[in-house]
Amino acid sequence: MDSVALRVSLSLAIATVLVLLPLGIWAGHALAIRSFRGKAFVEALVAVPLILPPTVLGFYLLVTFSARSPLGAAFEAAVGQTLAFSFAGLLVASIIANIPFVVQPIQRAFESVPQEVREAASCCGLTPLQRFIRIEIPLAWPGILTAAILAFAHTLGEFGVVLMVGGNIPGETRTLSIAIYDRMQAFDDRAAGIMAASLLVIAVATLSATTWLGSSVGRRRG
Amino acid sequence: MADRALVVTLRQAGPIPLDVSFTCEPGQVLAIFGPSGSGKTTILRSIAGLYAPREALVRSGAETWLDTTSLQSVPAHRRKVGFVFQEYALFPHLTAVGNVTTALGHLPRAARRARAEALLQAVHLSSHVDRRPAALSGGERQRVALARALAREPAVLLLDEPLAAVDRAVRRRLQDEIDQIRRSLDIPLILVTHDFDDVVRLATHLLMLDRGRTIAAGPLEELTSRPDLTWLREAAGLGSLFEATVVRVYDSRGLAELAFEGGTLLAPSRALIEGTRVRLRIPAREVILAREQPRGLSLHNVLSGQVSAIHGDAGADHVIVQIAVGEVRLLAEVTRDAVTQLEIATGMPLHALIKSVSLEVLAAPPAERQVRG
Repeated sequence: MDSVALRVSLSLAIATVLVLLPLGIWAGHALAIRSFRGKAFVEALVAVPLILPPTVLGFYLLVTFSARSPLGAAFEAAVGQTLAFSFAGLLVASIIANIPFVVQPIQRAFESVPQEVREAASCCGLTPLQRFIRIEIPLAWPGILTAAILAFAHTLGEFGVVLMVGGNIPGETRTLSIAIYDRMQAFDDRAAGIMAASLLVIAVATLSATTWLGSSVGRRRG
Repeated sequence: MADRALVVTLRQAGPIPLDVSFTCEPGQVLAIFGPSGSGKTTILRSIAGLYAPREALVRSGAETWLDTTSLQSVPAHRRKVGFVFQEYALFPHLTAVGNVTTALGHLPRAARRARAEALLQAVHLSSHVDRRPAALSGGERQRVALARALAREPAVLLLDEPLAAVDRAVRRRLQDEIDQIRRSLDIPLILVTHDFDDVVRLATHLLMLDRGRTIAAGPLEELTSRPDLTWLREAAGLGSLFEATVVRVYDSRGLAELAFEGGTLLAPSRALIEGTRVRLRIPAREVILAREQPRGLSLHNVLSGQVSAIHGDAGADHVIVQIAVGEVRLLAEVTRDAVTQLEIATGMPLHALIKSVSLEVLAAPPAERQVRG
């Protein structure tokens, strides 16, 4: 078992969730309650990472991150390190790959709050911010938790984007799923098997948690 | 006393056509009555700040909430409005008390719980206050919604089909309670309904709406005694509505004597208390007209008056005759043939015959209603 790879995987998953959750709540809420020009396009854009092959996503990210691109150059000038093949670059890639897994469940959760309930909150004298915190977030909470769990689990399992953008640098960009591939290449079936099993356990636990949350919401709403 | 009336003018061609203008004084209950899809709810939403029509003026007392000519608009959460939504729109994650407390932001935190409980008690919900809406019955949810709407100490109370979702038995009790609440508040109250039963029991004023347009508006008694409102006849059946005082109750005969501005009537005594005020409705179909004072009938009620208006739609078999009896205008629905036979003409004296059992004695007029224990 490559414990360094596990640590990289967990750090990446936790950092992805921490960065993406506030953004996802903001974007999901806006998509759920606002109507604006180009909303359908934004929704499609959010879903793109779902259907795009990870290699395609990885390719474009790599191009963007390279020292020849303005973003890559700016990052290198500021940090003294390239964005590509670094943990920071991996995090950016992971965030982009996980947008649909976070935004979509949160958007659905906010959409399920009836319009009249939101209006009733305003008629109770709640400001839009108070309404958001006291009424909408608590009602959308199961969806927000589902989004966090999905993003966490999906990051642990991401392979294509990580391989393209991060490469395979131990302690920096070698995640568990990359390590499995790496061990298989070296005919170390035992190590690969242990790591594969641990990812399987995490996946099953995640899905169980999501299902359980879904049913407990069903009970509460009666 | 400062002007606390609600003044509303709304106008737009679409998507929801609106063309209404009305004023509702404190203590009045304005019923907005019309078929579904006529824009009733949109009017309430515009007052509450949940909808902005193209041209609008909404004023509550000295405050202007919405004025499209000067581009003024106060957001919904700063308008002192109590809104009871059709499906109640309670917060599902909060208990009954929690729902009411949410609307008590103007009170110090420590005082909120006690005030919320007092409000729930006022709407006769003192048990189950720690239950969530899913565990409450329809009538109980209604009461929570009402308590929550009152919690803000609103300047205007808006009720959107408040009784549509509860069954008949609960409905009567809630009508009584809304009535009591109205008396204790002295603010303008607007009630949207498509059930004329709510109108005759709760309203003081009526605005009839069809596709966003006002068909008729005015005090309830005046409108219900107009002979020409065919639309109202189709929707609810014509019938004059007026107030009376219970003068005497004859328990042995099962009858009560009711005095009104124009004479007295005998009605079934059913739970009437001497000295109280009641609201009476006489359906136009139940009134028989006679040229001479009849004798030897089983009838108790013969009212003498003068024909004040006749209204007959061309092609219709029925004619509506309005008879002035003292201050009250009675409506009678008779056949065209009867009008010819009796040679009924405006100004002629007539007798109106009404069976006691066809008198509808309704909830007492709220203003002078005796407080029940």
